[in-house]
Amino acid sequence: MAATGATRPAHLGWLAALPPAAVFVGLIASIGSTSAGQVVTFGFNWVPSLDVSLTFRIDGLSVLFGLMVSGIGAAVALYANAYMAGHPRLPRFFLYLTLFTASMLGVVLSDNILALFVFWELTSVSSFMLIGFDSDKAEARRNARQSLLVTAGGGLALLAGLILLGQVAGSYSIAEINTAGDIVRADPLYVPILVLVFLGAFTKSAQVPLHFWLPNAMAAPTPVSAFLHSATLVKAGVFLLARLHPALGGTDVWLWTLLPVGAVTAVWASMMALCQRDLKLMLAYTTVMALGALTLFLAVETQIGIAAAMTFVLVHALYKASLFMIVGGIDHATGTRNLMALGGLRRALPVSAGAAALAAFAMAGFPPFLGFLGKELKYEGALAIAEAPFAMTAAALAANAMMVAVALTVAIRPFWGPPTEAAERAHGNHWAIVAPPAVLASLGLILGLAPGLVGSILVGPAVEAVLQGTTAPELKLWHGVTVPLLLSVVTVALGSILFWRMRQIRGMLDALVRLLPTTGDRAYDTVMGWLNDVALWQTRLLQGDRLRRDFLVIFAAATAAVATVVALVPELSFASLSTIPEGPAIGAVVLILVGVAATVGVEGRLTGLAALGTVGVGVALVFLMHGAPDVAITQLLVETLVIVIAAAVLLRLPRTPEVPVRSTPARWRDALIALLAGGTITGITLMVVDGPLDLSVTEAFEAASVPEAFGRNIVNVILVDFRALDTLGEIAVVVIAGLACLALLRGTGLIQRRRRRAAEGPRP
Amino acid sequence: MEAWLALAAGGLTAGAVYLLLARSLVHFVFGIVLLSNAANLVLFAAGRTTWGLPALIPDGMSEPDGPIANALPQALILTAIVIGFGLLCFVLVLVDRVRRRWETADIDQIHEKALSGKDLEP
Repeated sequence: MAATGATRPAHLGWLAALPPAAVFVGLIASIGSTSAGQVVTFGFNWVPSLDVSLTFRIDGLSVLFGLMVSGIGAAVALYANAYMAGHPRLPRFFLYLTLFTASMLGVVLSDNILALFVFWELTSVSSFMLIGFDSDKAEARRNARQSLLVTAGGGLALLAGLILLGQVAGSYSIAEINTAGDIVRADPLYVPILVLVFLGAFTKSAQVPLHFWLPNAMAAPTPVSAFLHSATLVKAGVFLLARLHPALGGTDVWLWTLLPVGAVTAVWASMMALCQRDLKLMLAYTTVMALGALTLFLAVETQIGIAAAMTFVLVHALYKASLFMIVGGIDHATGTRNLMALGGLRRALPVSAGAAALAAFAMAGFPPFLGFLGKELKYEGALAIAEAPFAMTAAALAANAMMVAVALTVAIRPFWGPPTEAAERAHGNHWAIVAPPAVLASLGLILGLAPGLVGSILVGPAVEAVLQGTTAPELKLWHGVTVPLLLSVVTVALGSILFWRMRQIRGMLDALVRLLPTTGDRAYDTVMGWLNDVALWQTRLLQGDRLRRDFLVIFAAATAAVATVVALVPELSFASLSTIPEGPAIGAVVLILVGVAATVGVEGRLTGLAALGTVGVGVALVFLMHGAPDVAITQLLVETLVIVIAAAVLLRLPRTPEVPVRSTPARWRDALIALLAGGTITGITLMVVDGPLDLSVTEAFEAASVPEAFGRNIVNVILVDFRALDTLGEIAVVVIAGLACLALLRGTGLIQRRRRRAAEGPRP
Repeated sequence: MEAWLALAAGGLTAGAVYLLLARSLVHFVFGIVLLSNAANLVLFAAGRTTWGLPALIPDGMSEPDGPIANALPQALILTAIVIGFGLLCFVLVLVDRVRRRWETADIDQIHEKALSGKDLEP
């Protein structure tokens, strides 16, 4: 494995980077049309009967997200190539990664909400595969399952919501749904749709209290965390809210759900980020914070608010992906991500130290980084929330200040100060581990230097796509001395104080967490525990270790189900029954019933077999008298064989008296169930024959029998011609049963031979 | 006549259920035979009955002469009889293996022996 592990990945990663890179170039090429406000759609009908088409829509919003997915996807593929080099399951890793990239592109480019949902679920599945990639670790398996249950659970709600939305809007095309916004918002189903869509978006985008799966998703390899769980997958919920903003947004329910959820998520996650020791977990919580901020800004209708969200999406994706990759590089070089054990790495990892500083400046929002623009817009947007400007500005200020502290921590603590023991041991990293984060972090600076360009080709068209037609505000680095600028200064000051006093603050936050009655993660464990208990309890109740008890449950349940149907029919008319008294046939029925009674009643096995034979003959007589001679002959032949074979096997069993009979109460109970079951079968049969009879199939067979199949015996023609495939299946069943019999008989012989051999003792 | 067939199917089912709930493997096998007969009769009744007159087309004609028996359920029952036979043979082989391994026809005893791990011999 080692030999292949050293050669194969070098090509695989490049190969995996090619498709996203191609998409990236394609989307760049389409910027010309989207920035002019045009929408490009292409695709084909996928499931026309369900109104599902695989139509893709390239507008400002999907270009912004698509560029992030494909660009970071290509960078991560290269990074993973070096980071995971030598991993025995590398091909599988790239398979999942490519599957994810493709599905995520499907989510952001789909024009049909049902197709979007399919891609949405595919991202959940590939995320599950990637979180649990180190499947030999129990924690990875558990966290993968948790993320799947949470996001796929939300996905189910989303499916219901999207179907309702499609029904109300009269179309599953996003373009048409978004033009039918007024109809949707006026519909009585609007609130249920909103709740279901929110459930999907909040689980995917990790909003408090459904956020707990995201920090746990850090069990995934770091390239995955950088790509899925910071830059792309978790933004799917936010993307959906932006996508459906024209159809669903602009109401009080929308506003007053997203505002508090987003604000609480942002502030809570920033606090949690501050008290982490693991660099990766710290970054994970800042991702939750970013998602909260994005949700908050999507609540509003104002251009500035949406512009803040769209700019921040871009800023965050760039700095967070690069920070994750840098942390992965630190882990790779030193073998630890523990903040307490790291320091003085700048000598071993000089480029990473520089890239970390660039990314952290963007994160903290220093000018002239793109992050500064994002933060200014956030404050402007928060101040423009007419409903609660102070509360929202305060929430943004608190969250941003804590972000500054985290940014300083991530950029300074591992790289500066005296080298720790881990830093002494550190080795340099492969260029492919160092370069991608450096490029992404530099982009944060370069794009910040060209705010007008970013505004006109990326953010502006996205805002126009969300708000449908309104022009976006121009992005500028310098607005003069304004309230947002003052707030920025306050943020940096506050953040620096937090960084300086980190130790005390961390202690306070730890104490606060201990005070909490429960956390989402613990609540998840509790609920899963209940679920297991209920499953165990009902399995023990319904499927015990006794065959007879299981049968009792099955018969009782089946009888109750069929009896309910019989009881629901008002009354039987018997109008269509043929009432001709057919003496001999009635005689045959009596023969059957007597045979049944004898089979049940007699003690001996031979007598029982004889009684069984009587039943078989009775049934054959019924067939014979009612125009079914073929059936009657088969029945007689088979019945004879059954009796002979059954006699051969059953008579060799230990004698009946050795088998204790059931206790008397058990017999009465079984007899009751049996009579109820029999009565129900009689009832349902009467019900069936009382209803109308559709003879069209039979008549078609009768008419076609001679001209098409050249046969005069219609039953035979049906078997060997019209329904020949059924007969083939029947023959297959008999052959399989025969083979199984053979295997069982052979197997027994084998065991006996082995036993004999064991009895003879070991061979010399 | 269908009412009588319904009665016969009910009787067969009742007997089958009672026997399937018994402790003896012999009765269990009897129950399976009765149950498949019950199913066939229900199918037959559902297609309605005609007295005499099999589903044949006389020589020289291309369509049946007057009303005949419904051919479709007959074809289905033929299939069901054969499959029921295959199933029963398989059950009988299983019963034979049970006898060879545990030397008993008591279902409860087989359970106890199986659960106590006595079947884990080589």
